[in-house]
Amino acid sequence: MSNNPNSMRTTVRQVRHLGSAKSGTHHAWHMRLTSFALVPLTIAFVWIVLSLVGKDYNTVRAALGSPVIAIIMLLFILTSIYHMMLGMQTIIEDYVHSEGAKTFSLALNIFFSFAVGLACVYAVLRLSFV
Amino acid sequence: MAEAKPSTVSPEARRPLSPHLQIYRPMLTMMMSIMHRITGVALYVGTLLLAAWLIAAATDARAFATISDLLTSFIGRIILLGFTWSLFHHLMGGLRHFIQDTGRGMEHPQREYLAQATLVGGLVLTALVWVLAYAAR
Repeated sequence: MSNNPNSMRTTVRQVRHLGSAKSGTHHAWHMRLTSFALVPLTIAFVWIVLSLVGKDYNTVRAALGSPVIAIIMLLFILTSIYHMMLGMQTIIEDYVHSEGAKTFSLALNIFFSFAVGLACVYAVLRLSFV
Repeated sequence: MAEAKPSTVSPEARRPLSPHLQIYRPMLTMMMSIMHRITGVALYVGTLLLAAWLIAAATDARAFATISDLLTSFIGRIILLGFTWSLFHHLMGGLRHFIQDTGRGMEHPQREYLAQATLVGGLVLTALVWVLAYAAR
């Protein structure tokens, strides 16, 4: 990119393809979409955890592995992980300005989200099928 | 644009910046906006707790006993209380955003009420869940 202030190129030509103004709407829409889904899913999740307070291991295992609860847990996990990944992306883009640190943080955010999400999903599936 | 005088300052440095947080007097609507982000980050880290709990349950009785002991210890309860509050505060903030996404609730008294509702709603739901948790124990 040319940062030359004497450049003959128009400002728009200089900034085009350099970032954002590509996927902002998609990001915002998915944020609303996941928020909306998370209202009932969060209530269901809290309800499930609350029903398991003080229960012994076998009861907790059986409950988390039962189809309806497992499916609700999986929906909650996948939706909230995607939601938090989008949210953290916004935070990083707001506060991390240097190009290298920003790219690194954005990558780390994706890795963290996938790792935690996959771990939770694996655990729920294992409780269901093993 | 009056004139296009060549400048040696980079375009980044010449860009106008909007004033940041420390310029403004703290207000409830602003605090709720900040808290929405902070609770979001707390929940982000908190997913590690959920993952640990689920993995322990999927492993064996000993692993589950260990995580249960950790989570029900004094510090564990403080962390879980913070997690519960973050979850509900963020949920209430999300509902506020839905209302304001439609363009409603932006005027002076309404936005204050919404900010208050976010704060009170989060606290009340947290208290409710913890009362139920202790009753169920």
